[in-house]
Amino acid sequence: MYDFQYHRPKSVADAVAALKKAADGKLIAGGQTLLPTLKMRLAQPTDLVDLSGVPELRGIKVEGNAVVIGAMAKHAEVSASAEVQKAIPALAMLASEIGDAQVRNMGTLGGSIANSDPAADYPAAIVGLNATIKTNERTIAADDFFKGIFTTALKEGEVIISVSFPVPEKAAYMKFDNPASRFAMVGVFVAKLAGGVRVAVTGAGPSVFRVKAMEEALAKDFSGKAVENIKVPTTGLNSDIHGSAEYRAHLVTVMAKRAADAAK
Amino acid sequence: MSEQGIGKRVVRKEDQRFLTGKGHYTDDLQRIRQTHAYFLRSPHAHAKIARIDTKAAQSAPGVVAVFTGADTAAAKVGSLICGWVVKDKHGEPHKAPPHPALAVDTVRHVGDTVAMVIAETEAQAKDAAEKIVVDYQELPAVINPAKALDKGAAQLHAEAPGNLCYDWELGDRAAVDAAFAKAAHVTKIDLVNNRLIPNAMEPRAAAAEYDAGSGQYTLWTTSQNPHVTRLVLSAFVLGIPEHKLRVIAPDVGGGFGSKIFIYAEETLLTWASAKVNRPIKWTAERNESFVSDAHGRDHVTHAELAMDKDGKFLALKVDTIANMGAYLSTFATAVPTYLYGTLLAGQYTTPAIHVNVRSVFTNTAPVDAYRGAGRPEATFVLERIVEQAAREMKIDKAELRRRNFIATDAYPYQTPVALAYDSGNYAGALKKALEMADYDGFEKRRADSKAKGKLRGIGLSAYIEACGLAPSAVVGSLGAGVGQWESAQVRFNPTGNVQVYTGSHSHGQGHETTFAQLVSTQLGVPLDQVEVIHGDTASVPFGMGTYGSRSLAVGGSAIVKACDKIIAKGKKIAAHMLEASAADIEFKNGVFSIAGTDKQVPLGGVVFSAYVPHNYPLNEVEPGMDENAFYDPANFTYPAGVHICEIEIDPDTGVSTIAKFTAVDDFGNLVNPMIVEGQVHGGIGQGIGQALLEHGVYDEKSGQLLTGSYMDYTMPRADDLPSFDVGYQVTPCPHNPLGVKGCGEAGAIAAPAAVMNAIHDALAPVGVKSIDMPATSSRVWQAIQRANTKMAAE
Repeated sequence: MYDFQYHRPKSVADAVAALKKAADGKLIAGGQTLLPTLKMRLAQPTDLVDLSGVPELRGIKVEGNAVVIGAMAKHAEVSASAEVQKAIPALAMLASEIGDAQVRNMGTLGGSIANSDPAADYPAAIVGLNATIKTNERTIAADDFFKGIFTTALKEGEVIISVSFPVPEKAAYMKFDNPASRFAMVGVFVAKLAGGVRVAVTGAGPSVFRVKAMEEALAKDFSGKAVENIKVPTTGLNSDIHGSAEYRAHLVTVMAKRAADAAK
Repeated sequence: MSEQGIGKRVVRKEDQRFLTGKGHYTDDLQRIRQTHAYFLRSPHAHAKIARIDTKAAQSAPGVVAVFTGADTAAAKVGSLICGWVVKDKHGEPHKAPPHPALAVDTVRHVGDTVAMVIAETEAQAKDAAEKIVVDYQELPAVINPAKALDKGAAQLHAEAPGNLCYDWELGDRAAVDAAFAKAAHVTKIDLVNNRLIPNAMEPRAAAAEYDAGSGQYTLWTTSQNPHVTRLVLSAFVLGIPEHKLRVIAPDVGGGFGSKIFIYAEETLLTWASAKVNRPIKWTAERNESFVSDAHGRDHVTHAELAMDKDGKFLALKVDTIANMGAYLSTFATAVPTYLYGTLLAGQYTTPAIHVNVRSVFTNTAPVDAYRGAGRPEATFVLERIVEQAAREMKIDKAELRRRNFIATDAYPYQTPVALAYDSGNYAGALKKALEMADYDGFEKRRADSKAKGKLRGIGLSAYIEACGLAPSAVVGSLGAGVGQWESAQVRFNPTGNVQVYTGSHSHGQGHETTFAQLVSTQLGVPLDQVEVIHGDTASVPFGMGTYGSRSLAVGGSAIVKACDKIIAKGKKIAAHMLEASAADIEFKNGVFSIAGTDKQVPLGGVVFSAYVPHNYPLNEVEPGMDENAFYDPANFTYPAGVHICEIEIDPDTGVSTIAKFTAVDDFGNLVNPMIVEGQVHGGIGQGIGQALLEHGVYDEKSGQLLTGSYMDYTMPRADDLPSFDVGYQVTPCPHNPLGVKGCGEAGAIAAPAAVMNAIHDALAPVGVKSIDMPATSSRVWQAIQRANTKMAAE
C-alpha cells in the first residue's frame, strides 16, 4: 500500500470539501474492494476520505411505501433489519448472501453501488426495485445510475446519501455463485411493483441490465413458467474460465424462473 | 493410562496453542536488527533479460541491499537441485537444466525471481523494487504440456532439446502387446489430470541470520523436512558446511508437499544474511504463493485396458505427458515415474502393464509432489478406465473389480510394475463400503432423483498407494539422492518425564499427540509427561521429514525402536535394583518386575537411578536414560481402500451436489482414530476439490496465471463438501512394529476418481461420454448441451 492522507470527516459537506482539496482523492466506505486494491498497489490515491464517521449516511427507515437505506448501511445491517425483512424480504435475503460474514460487516450499500462491480448483488436490487439514489446533489433513477463496468452516473465529488427502495408487491433474488469468488456469476432480481414488473440481471454482463421480454411475460403471468423459455441473447455477455456467455445466458433464464416462483 | 494410549481418540495436545493463537510460526519471528526481503518477479512467461538497472533502488530510502542474478552468479551460488535422477528408456539420466535462484539472463515463468531487495521495512523493499528497471525481451511461451513436444514449440532450455526432460517407461511392452492382440474387449480413455495449486493456510516464509562471530547461519523456514533443506543448501547450493547451518522449521501451517522443496527464496535469504550481516525475513503474500509454490498434477494421459470376455484384465497400457513446469523442483522427476507408474496395477491382478511417461518443460511454475504425488494420478487413470470398462461391458462396476482383485491370500504379491504388496484385503473393504453406501439401494435413489428432474450417479474408487517412504536401498536403486529412514531419540529427564525427538515434522498432522500416545503405551508414561520435539537441526537427530504418509510408519517405528532400547537398558538397571538377573525382568505398564513375583520397581525409579547412579551397575551399564534409533523400512506400506461417491446433478444448471461420500480405508492399525479421521476428511476435501472445483489455469498465449487468487482459484469450502461416512478395514502392516500404513494422502488419492465416476454414471443416460476435471457446473452443463445437440443430430 502506498502512503496517502487519511481524512475522517463528520459531515457530507466536509467529505466533499476534503475530496475537492485532494489532488487525487477517493472516498472509502466499507473498503471491501478499495482496500485490497490498495494493498496490491493497484491504485495510488493521494487522499482517502473515510465516510464511516458521517451520521447522515447511516440508518434504515420506512418512509411511506419505500424503504430508505443510508449509503453507509452495512450488508449485515440490511440483512438483519426487521423493517427490510418485513417490507422487502428479497432485499434482506440478497444482503445476507453478499460475500462472507467479514465482508457483510464492513461492506456498505453505497460503496457497492458506487463501485458498480459487474458481479455485485446490489445493482440487481436497485434496478429490479426501481430504486432512487439520493446524492448530495440530486436524485438519480435506478435506470440512469449504472453506466457500465465500474462506471456510474456519479460525478466527481458526488456522494451517495441514501437509496430509496419502493416496497414491491412481491420480489425475489436468485443468485448463481461464481464457484471461486462467490460473487454473482448470474443474479436475477424479479419484482412486481405498483409501476409494473422488473427483471434485473447482474453478473452476466458488464453491468446490470433488464430483460424486457421477461418483464412483459411476467406482467401477464407472474410465474416461473412464463419465463422458462425466454432466452436472453449472448451478445455482450461476460465469458471467462468460469462460464461462457452461453452458460450465463442460460442461467439468466433458470434464475429468473426460480426467482419468479420464489417471489413473495 | 489406557485412555491415552494407542487406539484412543485423544484430543490433540497442540490444538490449545494453535486455536488460541499461541503457535510460533516463521513470520512471528522478530530478530534484533531484522530486515525484510522482497522479491521482484517476472511478469512474463518467457523473456530474455537484456538489462537490469538497480541503481535507483539501491539508493531508495531504507534499502540495505539489492541483488540480481549477476550477483549470485558472481558469488557462485549453486543451482537449485532436483534430488532424484530418473533414467530414461535408454538409461540416460533426465535432462537437468540449471535453476538459478535469481534469473541470470532469462525468465521462464510468471513469478520467476528476478531481483531481491532487502530493506528496513517490507514497504521500503517494495517501494525500492518498483525502481528497478528490467529490460525484458519477450519470447514465445509454451504452457500446455500436450503441446510442449510439438515441433515449433517455444524452447525453454538448451540442455533439454524439444522441452523433453525424459522419456521413461516401465513394464513389459511385448507382453502388453501380445495380451491386447487376444483381448475380447479394449477400453480406451483420454484424461487430463488438472493442475492444482497447493494453498497451505500458512504461506511460505523464511528468516535467515548469520553470526559473524561463529560463522553460524540459522534459517527458519516453513519446511516439512528441515534436515533435507540443510543438506541440500549445504552440499549442493550454498556450500555452507552442515555444522555451520542450523535449520529450524517451527510451527508450520500446512504443507501438502509444497513445503518439502528447497526454493529460491530461503536459499537467497540464507546467502544474503551473511552478505548484509543482518537477519532477513520474508513471508510470501498469497499472490506470490500462487505463482511461486510448486504446483501439483498436470498430466495428459491416454490409456487402454484389454480384457477377456468376462472382464478379466489382461493388460494395461498408459501413455502420459507430465508437466514439470519451467524448472525441476526438488523431487519433480520422481512424481510422474516411481510414484505413478509403479502404482498402475492398483488392486488388480492385471498381468501385463506398460507405462510410458514423457516429462516436459513449460513456461509455468514448477510442478512437484502435492498430497498423494503421483498416486492420485495413477488411481485416477486406473479407476476411471475400470469403470468405463464396466459401463462398456455392462458388468456391474463392483463385480468387475471383484473379478480382478488380488486375493487376500496372495501376499506378498509381486506386481508387473516393480512393487511387491505386503498385505491387503480389497474384497473386504469393498464389501464394507458397498454396505455403508447402500449400493444395492442406489437404483431406487436414482429413480427418485429422476422423478425430480435430477440426474444421479454413483462412482467407486478402489485405490492403493505406496507409502511409508521408503526402503533406502530400493529408492536408491531408482535414483533417489537420499535415504528414506527416520530417526528418533527418547530422552528421559531425571524426574521421569520424556522428551521425544523425531526427524519427522508435524505441520498439521498431530504428531505431538500421536507420537506421545505411542510412547505412553510403549513405556507406560502418562501422556502429559511426554513432549514431542521436532523441526530443529540443532536439537533433533538427522531425519528425513514428513511426506508420503511416512511419519508414523517410519518415524513412529524409529520411536518404538528407541523405546525398546530404553526398556532393554532399564531391565539391566532394574535387575540390579531388584537383585535379580536381567533375563528374569519383565516390563509392563511402566513397571519392571521379577517374573512371577511381586517384586517391582517403576520406570521412574529406574530412570532416577540412571541419573543418580549411587547404587548402580556402572561396570555393566552407562548412566543416563537417553536412546537413539534409526529405522529403515523393509518395504513400502500399502494403504488401500474403497471410496464411493454418490452425486446428484441439476441438469438445468450443471450443479453437482454430493449426496453421500463413503470411505473405507485400510491403514493397518490406528493410533489415534480421531486424528486419522481428520486426515481422511482433509484428503477427501482436497480430492473433491480437484474433481469439482480446483484448477490452475494459465492463459495459453500470454502465460499469465488466470487463477492467481481466490477470486478465480476455487478452494473447496465447507459447504461444498458433504459429511463423510468413514469406516476401516484393518489389515496390519506385517513389516513394521506398529502394523501401521499411513493415512495422510488416501483421501486425495481416492476421491477424484470416485467423484468423476459418479459424474460419468449420472451423465451417461443423457449421452455424455467424457468430461474432464474439474467438473464444474459450467463444464457439466456444456457437456449436457453438447450431448443433446449430438443426440438431436443423430
